[in-house]
Amino acid sequence: MTEAYIYDAVRTPRGKGKADGSLHEITPVELATQVLGAVRDRNNLDGGEIEDVAFGCVSPVGEQGAVVTRTAILNAGYPETTSGIQVNRFCASGLEAVNIAAAKVKAGEADLAIGGGVESMSRVPMGSDGGAWPADPATAFKTYFVPQGVSADLIATKYGFSRDDVDAYAVESQKRAAKSWAEGRFEKSIMPVKDVMGETVLDRDETVRANTDMQSLGALNPSFAMLGEQFGFNAVALQKYAEFEKINHVHHAGNSSGIVDGAAAVLVGNEEIGKKLGLKPRARIKSMASIGSEPTIMLTGPEFAAQKALKRAGMDKGDIDLWELNEAFASVVLRFMQALDIDHSDINVNGGAIAMGHPLGATGAMILGTVVDELERSGKETALVTLCIGAGMGTATIIERV
Amino acid sequence: MSYKTLTVETDSDGISLVTIDLPGKSMNVWDADLIADFAKWVDEFVGDDAVKGAVITSGKKSGFLAGADLNMLGGGGPGENKGGVPSTPADQFEAAFGLNKMLRKLETGGQSAKDLKKGTAHAKPVAAAVNGLALGGGLELVLACHHRVVADNPKIQLGVPEVQVGLLPGGGGTQRLPRLAGLQNAAMLATQGKPIDPNTAKAQGIIQDVVPAGDVVAKAKEWVKANPKAVQPWDKKGFKFPGGGGAMDPRSVQFFMAANAMAQRETNHNYPAVQYILSCMYEGSIVPIDTAIRIESKYFVKLLTSPQTRNMIRTLFINKQSAEKGEQRPKGVPASDIKTVGVLGAGLMGAGITHVTVKGGMNVVVLDRDQEAAEKAVAYSKKILDKRVARGKLTKEAAEEFLAKIKPTADYNDLKDVDLIIEAVFEDPDVKADVIKKTEAVIRPDVIFASNTSTLPITGLARNSERPDQFIGMHFFSPVEKMPLLEIIPGKESGDRALATALDYNAKIRKTPIVVKDVRGFYTNRVVPPYLNEAMMMVKEGVKPALIDNAAKGLGMPIGPLALTDETKLDLGLMLVRSTKKELGDAYKPTGVEDLLEKMVEGLGRAGRVSGGGFYEYPEGGKKHIWPGLSEHFPLADEQPSLEDVKDRLLYAQLIPAAQCYAEGVISDPQSADLGAIFGWGFAPWTGGPMSHIDTIGLEAFVRTAESLAQKYGGRFNPPEEFRAMAKGGKTLYPKAA
Repeated sequence: MTEAYIYDAVRTPRGKGKADGSLHEITPVELATQVLGAVRDRNNLDGGEIEDVAFGCVSPVGEQGAVVTRTAILNAGYPETTSGIQVNRFCASGLEAVNIAAAKVKAGEADLAIGGGVESMSRVPMGSDGGAWPADPATAFKTYFVPQGVSADLIATKYGFSRDDVDAYAVESQKRAAKSWAEGRFEKSIMPVKDVMGETVLDRDETVRANTDMQSLGALNPSFAMLGEQFGFNAVALQKYAEFEKINHVHHAGNSSGIVDGAAAVLVGNEEIGKKLGLKPRARIKSMASIGSEPTIMLTGPEFAAQKALKRAGMDKGDIDLWELNEAFASVVLRFMQALDIDHSDINVNGGAIAMGHPLGATGAMILGTVVDELERSGKETALVTLCIGAGMGTATIIERV
Repeated sequence: MSYKTLTVETDSDGISLVTIDLPGKSMNVWDADLIADFAKWVDEFVGDDAVKGAVITSGKKSGFLAGADLNMLGGGGPGENKGGVPSTPADQFEAAFGLNKMLRKLETGGQSAKDLKKGTAHAKPVAAAVNGLALGGGLELVLACHHRVVADNPKIQLGVPEVQVGLLPGGGGTQRLPRLAGLQNAAMLATQGKPIDPNTAKAQGIIQDVVPAGDVVAKAKEWVKANPKAVQPWDKKGFKFPGGGGAMDPRSVQFFMAANAMAQRETNHNYPAVQYILSCMYEGSIVPIDTAIRIESKYFVKLLTSPQTRNMIRTLFINKQSAEKGEQRPKGVPASDIKTVGVLGAGLMGAGITHVTVKGGMNVVVLDRDQEAAEKAVAYSKKILDKRVARGKLTKEAAEEFLAKIKPTADYNDLKDVDLIIEAVFEDPDVKADVIKKTEAVIRPDVIFASNTSTLPITGLARNSERPDQFIGMHFFSPVEKMPLLEIIPGKESGDRALATALDYNAKIRKTPIVVKDVRGFYTNRVVPPYLNEAMMMVKEGVKPALIDNAAKGLGMPIGPLALTDETKLDLGLMLVRSTKKELGDAYKPTGVEDLLEKMVEGLGRAGRVSGGGFYEYPEGGKKHIWPGLSEHFPLADEQPSLEDVKDRLLYAQLIPAAQCYAEGVISDPQSADLGAIFGWGFAPWTGGPMSHIDTIGLEAFVRTAESLAQKYGGRFNPPEEFRAMAKGGKTLYPKAA
């Protein structure tokens, strides 16, 4: 089968996903437009060489609706011949979009494609698209639906992570993110976001707090205790996880992923097109996998997605030099490390969403780009990127530096 | 046109007064006759141009309309199995949709929704004049009227209680209620089934007017005259659900997210009716009402044809009612006239019995060894009444009147005029023998003597009586004023009059009675201990205590068996084990948890909730939680059983002894076994009781599972031979649905 290579990865900095966030004034289609423009311009392309663009977007309604990808392609001044698709696999949408682009290349449907994503959580709030799953009594009952925060706390309960464990993880994430920024480790892929006048509105991740410590996190109240208790979600979770008396609520705003705005794009193509266009391949996509897992605990999918991706690549976990798992909640990463016996020094080495935020549709493509940069910086060879996903799923991609 | 169940008088203005009045019945219900009559009238009404509008009221003082006749539905519902031929889903739908179709025709006047919305057509105005309770299909009829007037009486109940027998309001209730009162109010009413009073209903927008009782018809008519062209709000253009509705409104999405979780918390996935009610509201709020009522009828059929609903209707309604009406009362014994009851003993049980007896309209002479002890029964009632007075539910005068009916005494001579004796002294044969003798010396010779005991055989106690044919057992449960069951135990020599009198007394205190054979533990105490023991066996095996109690709750038990053991006291359990051992000697069958009880009570000082904790800790002001020390003394097993396995063990630990009781004739029929289980120890009501549940499982599958449990965990799970035989013969416990 044709090999798929990563030629470039671009992302916006992540802006605080609130009305006072720096990217709040920028429309989501404009965020997508700017990353598409950047990936084209810095590779000296016309745009027409890019045959298809897949963008993740988790709340594809309102100004993110109507296939935001296609609108952004036209808005970015690409030739009308480039098609676009909008992808939703909840939190892994961005990575899934890259996997779709890679699959098209591998299958011979396209020579050059983009996978990426966009989410302006400050403008199109999470959950804006509704959905049957939690609201329709038939599906809510059948799946024992609980909100993700309760699931994350259930993971902590089941696998024995204390408040101190999750807080300590969060402190380290902040430290790593701050250090990476200080050392310029994100420079290769960061593209400052500009306003209509062409002035830069944001050039670095806005939510990093270098001075976060156990004490400051200790002062925060658990975010999902009341939700779980008052509205019955804890009871629902315990109906499935009956071996526990109660849910240990350990997550709060400081050890969960931040709500932010942002977009990312990853340029993927076969070997020939790279040669033809004079592009230098940076990494090869070795395998890709998506799985479904138990939907109530919901966020334990990465373990199984990683195993599937390893198997498809004919690799062993010892063959992976660098691990990247989206920091949706601290317990998700702690469980993944516990399940696969991964050392903390080998995973999320530049911090993650707890420090820099999780723009739902874009994150997968962002962290993939981060890993490409890190492989090149550290001289390591292989990396596995994965994300936990709503309703119990996992998506993973294994890449190898070239 | 003439009708069986209603009368129609049309005045000079062309307004018909429809008075529903079922002949020979104390209460109006939707039975086959009324449905046929009403459908006929609606057709007439819509078709007759001389008639301009209508007022619907009831000819019964008892109320407006109490819902559907559950006896009609209990057999599996209309349309099922006609003449031995199973009906198709389409037949069942048409039968269930009949009520909806008729009510829809009433509110549209036979016009199409499209024309009503465009304003090119109107319905004839119909108003409901509600003079008393309107429940279930009764309220649904009211809702289908354009205007709803209810008598100003806070005691009038308006509600849709179908959920309590596993059904949903199938006459448009799940659609019109949310369209009038909003999703939240409607879901509360329909998923909990609790009625509201007229003023609350008015505040929620369910009815429009609350007027003096004598004016309901006049006020309703007044409205009909003033509004010759009527259209329901949901048939008007631009209708919106109050508070939001539909899948696109974030408010209703938020509501359903929370309602779904809360409903699961309350039902443990055991009551599909609750989910279906929410589904009717969710799905129905996205589509026009004509589609919505069809959706409702489909969910209604799904429930009505399920064995679970049939079981619930049968046990919780039909059999409960016939037991309470005295089905087991010997025929031909004249009704007894019980005015005053002598209660012997003013302890917890005696005081409770005193309370429910006065509440049932009788006077009580309560006797204890001295005046001070006897006064405790008065104090007990006073405490209960004071609470009700403080909450405004009872006047001070009524409370005083209540207490005046209790005469505490230490003098046996005060018993000379009582009509019935209920003895509730200490559970000691010698003490009981003594009071029986002293009492019989003063009471009238015709007075029935009932003994409240949970452990002592009645036949043995009756030997102390001069008149053993007038001696009977009555097993009350604690707290008496809250527990709904009464076990009545005739001894070997008890006569018909004793049983009849016990049931007559029961009818007055309105408990659910079952008649049980005089064997150790009677019925309930034969079943509950093995169930609690099974839970304790699991503790010994290292099963996580939370898993045990959560599994029981998942089954639909109101409280986990370990928590229940804490309530009923481990030291009492240990005492019973020892006394039984002593009494039976070599015949004693070990329960397997004697050592656990000994260790908990005597070794670890964990005797139960009131003694400072048992399996659980009870922190002051906090929630109870498993005692952390428990896993030190009963280490957790590395491998835990699945939730389903634990559920099976706890379920069969009740089903098997209940089956044994039935097989041995301790309890004479499946109905009583089911009632006794649900109302005696809270056996999962969604099953309709253990015998109903065995039928639902199927006798063959029941025997198979029991045998495999017996292989894994011990002979205690072996099914009775009689059940094996019935399984082989392809039999069922209840007669198969006709």
